[in-house]
Amino acid sequence: MSAVLQNLVNQPYKHGFVTEIESDVAPKGLNEDIIRLISTKKNEPEWLLDFRLKAYEQWLKMEEPKWPNVRYPAIDFQAISYYAAPKPKQKLNSMDEVDPELLRTFEKLGVPMHERAALAGVAVDVIFDSVSVATTYKQKLAEVGIIFCSISEAVHAHPDLVKQYLGTVVPVGDNYYAALNSAVFTDGTFCFIPKGVQCPMDLSTYFRINTEESGQFERTLIIAEEGASVSYLEGCTAPKFDTNQLHAAVVELVALDNADIKYSTVQNWYAGDENGLGGIYNFVTKRGLAKGINSRISWTQVETGSAITWKYPSCVLQGENSVGEFYSVAVTNNYQQADTGTKMVHIGKNTRSTIVSKGISAGHSNNSYRGLVRIAPTAAGARNYSQCDSMLIGDKCGAHTFPYIQVRNNSAKVEHEASTSKIGEDQLFYFAQRGIGNEEAVSMIINGFCKDVFQQLPMEFAVEATKLLGFKLEGSVG
Amino acid sequence: MIYHDSKVLLEVRGLRATVNGIEILKGIDLTVRSGEVHAIMGTNGSGKSTLAKVLAGHGAYEVTGGSVLFQGSNLLELAPEERARAGVFLAFQYPIEIPGVANSHFLRLAYNTLQAQRGEDEFDPLEFEDFVREKMKLLEMNPDFLDRGVNEGFSGGEKKRNEILQMALLEPKLAILDETDSGLDIDALRIVTKGVNQLASKDNAIVLVTHYQRMLNYIEPDFVHVMRAGRIIKTGGKELALDLEMRGYDWIGAEHRAAVGA
Repeated sequence: MSAVLQNLVNQPYKHGFVTEIESDVAPKGLNEDIIRLISTKKNEPEWLLDFRLKAYEQWLKMEEPKWPNVRYPAIDFQAISYYAAPKPKQKLNSMDEVDPELLRTFEKLGVPMHERAALAGVAVDVIFDSVSVATTYKQKLAEVGIIFCSISEAVHAHPDLVKQYLGTVVPVGDNYYAALNSAVFTDGTFCFIPKGVQCPMDLSTYFRINTEESGQFERTLIIAEEGASVSYLEGCTAPKFDTNQLHAAVVELVALDNADIKYSTVQNWYAGDENGLGGIYNFVTKRGLAKGINSRISWTQVETGSAITWKYPSCVLQGENSVGEFYSVAVTNNYQQADTGTKMVHIGKNTRSTIVSKGISAGHSNNSYRGLVRIAPTAAGARNYSQCDSMLIGDKCGAHTFPYIQVRNNSAKVEHEASTSKIGEDQLFYFAQRGIGNEEAVSMIINGFCKDVFQQLPMEFAVEATKLLGFKLEGSVG
Repeated sequence: MIYHDSKVLLEVRGLRATVNGIEILKGIDLTVRSGEVHAIMGTNGSGKSTLAKVLAGHGAYEVTGGSVLFQGSNLLELAPEERARAGVFLAFQYPIEIPGVANSHFLRLAYNTLQAQRGEDEFDPLEFEDFVREKMKLLEMNPDFLDRGVNEGFSGGEKKRNEILQMALLEPKLAILDETDSGLDIDALRIVTKGVNQLASKDNAIVLVTHYQRMLNYIEPDFVHVMRAGRIIKTGGKELALDLEMRGYDWIGAEHRAAVGA
């Protein structure tokens, strides 16, 4: 039976191919000159160069965090190229102008973005090797005053907004990888929803890492002004390489009074082969500031890829009555390692947070939930509910839970529930005895296990996530 | 009921099986014809639940000897799901909980798998709902069972009813009921056994694995087999169960030992 389990999990990565597009790659290594080069290449204003240099200065003094429950060889930061841009670089006004090779890549991935955009009403800002290639639906969004563009573009077109908010949620020296990102980020997404506007469609970005050994440092900034609301989708997939690729993104969300930001991620980056060779290192800092009263920030993530995941989408609940949510499914297989969870920092009165985390471990993988619930002395009446469930497939994987709870206001209510279960022979036998084969059984069990999280995802994303889990775990159970 | 013209459904010869290298079944012989009801009784550890699981194909058990023919074909070479689709049904002693999966979804998938096997049309959720609700009446089940997770938070009695509901849906040729009476109060036992009786016909057979005679007050067996240490040591009619109720199991063991000269 463990053999069948193994087969189900050991499905090769289907998105492993490299697109041959000529890249403009910076020499390997990191120093002030490289940062100046990036800034010059991107024709940036002085204040942004200062921002980068300040971050670099802080980074030099910092040490790589050693506390996550993950193991990997030391990263040689001087062996990474910090800038790669696909050619041609000129702005494109329509999909027709996009390199056909790139379009074919999307076809192979099963993400025909133009169709997808048209059918689903999703605006897709395509990030391809750190530079935006095409942005759709921008016009339509502009009509209601929404700005949705690459962050490089925003730096030029809306410098005041970027300057006002960049680094306010995740300061340049927040942590080792955030500092690195702040120094060398090449592109990302900027989104601004003005006062009172409900974004008419889900906004979506497909990320894709392409050039071998080029670290990818995305920067995303989303601002929802008073009474505004937006749902943002981030989906990722990357080609297969043997060399580890570092990815250290920073995502900052700001919600003003009565604003609502929902951020959903489905992540399927190359996880390494069945022996743990290769795969993406995903060291991400994601944080939302619920700044205004009654504001809400909701994170939903389905993490299935990467060799190593280090990621804690967090909410700082500053506004009175603000709400933070974190819904997560993390799947690890083979030799994948994930240390993921959230931080809910309650500052304002009557702030509420919900954490629902579902970890699924298979193969030789290790899956850790790490979560902090902090109730500040000012957060009278704050409430938190946390639920952390782990599921094990096979007997060589690990599930770990590290909940940290710090309560400094005695009117607060904090609840934590946890469970561990195992897809075992008895469950599969029960299905089989009703005529249902192993693969279908596993898919049903997993989807039942993840239901509370999947129902938070937008419809088309939920379907994608369900399929993705099915194929990630195919062959792992039997 | 015993019919003179009925065909042999299940033929077990010299069946031996081990779990973790320990032999549990030490040579079982059993013949079941369609229309018949067999009761397999015995003390804890006598191997009766193991026999049920081995027939259904549980992977933890290794068959080390003997043969099992089901409708004339070798049952042992079929995967558990193939045995199920061929018409072997096991009502579990401890039905498994599947959190988050709606019972209706699970039941429909099981039913549609069988429909596909028979080359018949699959039911969509609405058609299935009507169909399953009829079957539920038989077991006096509340329709809200359909929306709950499979066996999730069900009481012992509810789980057993859910098992028999599946039997009603799948209409197996051979239904093996593994201690379906355990954990049932007297009302639930009456409802469950009434359901089983209504499902029994001359085209199918029922094997009841049970510890106690009380279930046999409701479902009348044609044959009673007593297991001990991995063998069937005595076979009789329904009166044997009554004897066991009055005298316990020890006398049969003693009689058996005397007979084999142990």
